[in-house]
Amino acid sequence: MIHSLFLINHTGDIFLEKHWKSVIGRSVCDYFFEAREKAVEPENVPPVLQTPHHYLISIYRGKLFFLSVIQTEVPPLFVIEFLHRVADTIQDYFGECSEGVIKDNVVTVYELLEEMLDNGFPLATESNVLKEMIRPPTILRSVVNTLTGASNVGDTLPTGQLSNVPWRRVGVKYTNNEAYFDVIEEIDAILDKSGTTVFAEIQGVIEACVRLTGMPDLTLSFMNPRLLDDVSFHPCVRFKRWESERVLSFIPPDGNFTLMNYHVSSQNLVAIPVYVKQSISFFETGPCGRLDITIGPKQTMGKTVEGLMVTIHMPKAVLSANLTATQGTYTYDLATKVLVWDIGKLNPQKLPNLKGSLTTQAGTPKPEDNPSLNIDLKIQQLAISGLKVSRLDMYGEKYKPFKGVKYLTKAGKFQVRT
Amino acid sequence: MCDFPFFSLVCTGEIFELKAELNSDKKEKKKEAVKKVIASMTVGKDVSALFPDVVNCMQTDNLELKKLVYLYLMNYAKSQPDMAIMAVNTFVKDCEDPNPLIRALAVRTMGCIRVDKITEYLCEPLRKCLKDEDPYVRKTAAVCVAKLHDINAQLVEDQGFLDTLKDLISDSNPMVVANAVAALSEIAESHPNSNLLDLNPQTINKLLTALNECTEWGQIFILDCLANYTPRDDRESQSICERVTPRLSHANSAVVLSAVKVLMKFMEMLPKDLDYYGTLLKKLAPPLVTLLSAEPELQYVALRNINLIVQRRPEILKHEMKVFFVKYNDPIYVKLEKLDIMIRLASQANIAQVLAELKEYATEVDVDFVRKAVRAIGRCAIKVEQSAERCVSTLLDLIQTKVNYVVQEAIVVIKDIFRKYPNKYESVIATLCENLDSLDEPEARAAMIWIVGEYAERIDNADELLESFLEGFHDESTQVQLQLLTAIVKLFLKKPTETQELVQQVLSLATQDSDNPDLRDRGYIYWRLLSTDPVAAKEVVLAEKPLISEETDLIEPTLLEELICHIGTLASVYHKPPSAFVEGSRGVQHKRLPGSAGSADSPDTGSAAGVSEAPPAVIPSQGDLLGDLLNLDLTPPTTSGPPPAPSSGMQMGAMDLLGGGLDSLVGLLHLGGDLGGSPAMGAGFGAPPTAMPASFPPPVSGGLDDLFDLGGSVGMPMGAYSPPKSIWLPAMKAKGLEISGTFARRAGVIQMEMTLTNKAMSIMTDFAIQFNRNSFGLAPAGPLQVLTPVGPNQSIEVALPLSTVGPVMKMEPLTNLQVAVKNNIDVFYFSSQYPISMLFVEDGKMERQVFLATWKDIPNDNEAQFQIKDCHLNSDAASSKLQGSNVFTIAKRTVEGQDMLYQSMKLTNGIWVLAELRVQAGNPNYTVSTVS
Repeated sequence: MIHSLFLINHTGDIFLEKHWKSVIGRSVCDYFFEAREKAVEPENVPPVLQTPHHYLISIYRGKLFFLSVIQTEVPPLFVIEFLHRVADTIQDYFGECSEGVIKDNVVTVYELLEEMLDNGFPLATESNVLKEMIRPPTILRSVVNTLTGASNVGDTLPTGQLSNVPWRRVGVKYTNNEAYFDVIEEIDAILDKSGTTVFAEIQGVIEACVRLTGMPDLTLSFMNPRLLDDVSFHPCVRFKRWESERVLSFIPPDGNFTLMNYHVSSQNLVAIPVYVKQSISFFETGPCGRLDITIGPKQTMGKTVEGLMVTIHMPKAVLSANLTATQGTYTYDLATKVLVWDIGKLNPQKLPNLKGSLTTQAGTPKPEDNPSLNIDLKIQQLAISGLKVSRLDMYGEKYKPFKGVKYLTKAGKFQVRT
Repeated sequence: MCDFPFFSLVCTGEIFELKAELNSDKKEKKKEAVKKVIASMTVGKDVSALFPDVVNCMQTDNLELKKLVYLYLMNYAKSQPDMAIMAVNTFVKDCEDPNPLIRALAVRTMGCIRVDKITEYLCEPLRKCLKDEDPYVRKTAAVCVAKLHDINAQLVEDQGFLDTLKDLISDSNPMVVANAVAALSEIAESHPNSNLLDLNPQTINKLLTALNECTEWGQIFILDCLANYTPRDDRESQSICERVTPRLSHANSAVVLSAVKVLMKFMEMLPKDLDYYGTLLKKLAPPLVTLLSAEPELQYVALRNINLIVQRRPEILKHEMKVFFVKYNDPIYVKLEKLDIMIRLASQANIAQVLAELKEYATEVDVDFVRKAVRAIGRCAIKVEQSAERCVSTLLDLIQTKVNYVVQEAIVVIKDIFRKYPNKYESVIATLCENLDSLDEPEARAAMIWIVGEYAERIDNADELLESFLEGFHDESTQVQLQLLTAIVKLFLKKPTETQELVQQVLSLATQDSDNPDLRDRGYIYWRLLSTDPVAAKEVVLAEKPLISEETDLIEPTLLEELICHIGTLASVYHKPPSAFVEGSRGVQHKRLPGSAGSADSPDTGSAAGVSEAPPAVIPSQGDLLGDLLNLDLTPPTTSGPPPAPSSGMQMGAMDLLGGGLDSLVGLLHLGGDLGGSPAMGAGFGAPPTAMPASFPPPVSGGLDDLFDLGGSVGMPMGAYSPPKSIWLPAMKAKGLEISGTFARRAGVIQMEMTLTNKAMSIMTDFAIQFNRNSFGLAPAGPLQVLTPVGPNQSIEVALPLSTVGPVMKMEPLTNLQVAVKNNIDVFYFSSQYPISMLFVEDGKMERQVFLATWKDIPNDNEAQFQIKDCHLNSDAASSKLQGSNVFTIAKRTVEGQDMLYQSMKLTNGIWVLAELRVQAGNPNYTVSTVS
């Protein structure tokens, strides 16, 4: 099981270590630093490394490496999932997962790590259970604590820990009872030069924010549940009822949580909201090239496309860009060779266009690699797959909660090849 | 002040300051001080000097302070064991606390303090906590047993904690069950044969129930544990699959993958025509695809596993090609894995798409990735014949880009394409030759030289091209040098007139100026060939080469089977069996897939099922062998398949039984033992034992036992006993050759009957066999008759007649036979043990008088007795059965309701063995006295 954890920042300093069994020297990380060196980019460090006596399994989150040391045969996914859970918990507690925040709250982080793992076995990873054991810091609480001398460590056994609904504590009380669901869909797509879809799929997620008193039992049903054939649920969802009736029946955790993830991959269901006309060319003679990009709406279901942004990783030889944008602004970062064109709202009457010349380094051959365009966009009040929630019912409690469903479509990994 | 309050340097002054604060009266100040200490500790500073002061803060009712002190203790107790003792009392007291949280915390922390003196005090509280009324305490205590085992394994066994832990598997709380399983699995890893997790249908049922209710992590433990179970039949297998499938929709990817492992394994047991089988296949695809939308690290592990799954069952993901398309911002490790899987899924149906993608990748920035993409195009050409032409033209397009490394990779793969489809695409050679100058990597140069040499007759200026390479001959790498030598010799054989000078030049370069023995030797061989017999040289050098096989990078089927059982583990990421890299490899059990229930037609899956429990060591352990023999004998031979693996209880029984029997074989063994030195001595009857060998290997008695045991051999033609085939040489140890076999005596001839199975990717030929010297002089009477080559996954049955006139040497155990088998790949060694009954000759019937005289002549201490239990045959049946195995009944007497059979047998080397068999009617137990 998980033996030790090292937190390493992007400059390669170990700034926190935790051992759940015996103490392992920091020198074990040298193998990791070696691999880190070789990989050039931090994202490219292989997640599983073998050293003579240990295995190093790492993730890269928020410019930090979470590096775990393993001594026995252990499912690597188990470890990776757990490390992500650690990062999520830190994010949840302190609002962000960064070196500064961890250093500021080092003792709380350390207590959390101790609570999450025992002898390498996960102990409590549910955020609500953890929060009962170790309360997250808030300004109000720290003031109260200093005044009263109370601690921020719970001294009773969290009730959810052992019940059949470990994700929910009893005795939750709200004056305003509300349940909100966000259906968020991300389009992952690759379009080729001519604009034909090479590959497209939708990664959907239903994020919930539930603040309900007592032990409510919710049922969420969809207009068109047949869209969903590849789903994964929060443990609270009763799988049997989904199988038989295609409804989500569950006792919700308290607060924010991800109710379900789904995946729509059949081509015909994935609408591509925008089209991109582009030409990026470099001349054989002379150190320059041309760029011309136009974006227009395609299948937007009558909604407005917002937050439109194009990111291009230029070939190394490109020195500068002299362009004019009909809408929005563009920046070209010389160091990273990234061209960003921030467009904003897409106006179907007047299509945004970016045009101009690129200067390449004199004397170098024409760049071989074609840059890919990365598109970012947002469409409010639309789930591009067409998924719609039909109703939400609550059983088990008597009050009437506020209910709400929001839809949002975003571009995930949306790429246009040139 | 520093930015971070807790991050100031710990200098001596500060230690003093902290010391003062720790001893402060104010609670709040104390807590802040301990926090500072912990903060220093977490960043790796040494604050162990504060040990006594921190421990003093332990006696508190403030839980946070207590927890902080515990954190400190866990880190530093090891370095200050004497001081740590101070904490014991508080721990013991806390274990009695009314608050379950504190009880659990105390027992948990105590287990983390790896100090022997503290461990001693842990046992009592731990025992109580394992039976605590609160499940939270029980579940924490379960993990604590694993901790304790890690520190002191003996103590855990002595205290009986393992049994308590096993009881917890039946606990009412699913979380406790999950932790007990996790703890037991971890302990079992250091005791591979301890049978700690004794899985039977009842426990499986309990685990499946707990599976639905426990936490995600618990589900992983339980699923991994389930994967080690072998269901009894396809129905049980199906019902487990049905209960595991809902886990595929879990949000935790580790749960999903563990569930996939269970399903992939148990699916093997399901008949393929079952509807459910198809449903299950369909259900497996979506979760695997979903794994690919997770974080890149998770994707990587998932992809490595999908790579295995695709090789075993390509049908699962054959329609999902597109999800493996590479995005330009994928990390490189994900890109490379995706590419690999794309090739594996490539088929005629989707090849156009794949090629278009690969071409796209070949223009990317990342050099490693581009290279692999180009290579992938070549692999497509070799895998999907219909696409070869398109692949070649794509490669030509890429060569036109003149990007150096792309061109080089393209040339390397085109060479492979030539080897797969000779005389088809040679038209492209001209284009290749244009790029000769840009090649600077050895592999590409070697490939190009090979092409020039191979097709020298079509390239007008082949001699010039090769000559240009020759100029810098000594600077080239060995690979290129060897290739150049061969290519020029080929050229010479094709165009002898113009290239005489060139070939002489290269031969002298290779033989005289080179230090490389390989190069020199090859040079000499060519030289001699060319100078003595040019025709022969032509036959050798220009011989038709075998086509290269379709996929050279597939994992060998046996390894793949094992890896499928390890889905989701490190083994699956490295694609190596755990024994190859797990630390110390403490007898890691090889896992095999269970055989399909309805697969009587495929012998090798059947045998795989048979041995799934037995360790496939080359020399079977004695206990197992015995267990096997006895087990088979005592049950009527109704099962046509291999015998069920013996349970440990059975083995113990066998050992007991033989315990008594050992002595009885003294004489026989002793004679055998003497034979090593002087075979002639064995001719007389009952040579008196001169020395008692200290111990006797059980398998010999096992052999005899088989005979007296009379159970099985009903349907055998001669009635001679022959044990079932067992695996002598597992494929893992012999580069894919698996040998299973047995010995039999058929029509007076001893035969070694073997099944040779080829589990490797290539054809095996040229089999030969040899024995080491052995106790009874066994030797092959003729060569091994394997006339046809054995193709991949093919089996062949061979019977090898044996003679007993070979050289003699006493073996330990006596009936051990060491065998060497050779094939075109290598020589492999294994040893096997033959039943001694095979050596009883047909003329072993002694005259009555002689028998009587001999019986009396043999001193009493040569006699030994043992019992055979549970044998339901009357004396006549027994006698006729034994006769089938050349054990002859000389006389029969009935005394006090007991039948006494007097029997004789003669071994191939002339030794006589006399026996008295006492059969009591109605009593299934026989008593045998043996003398010799």
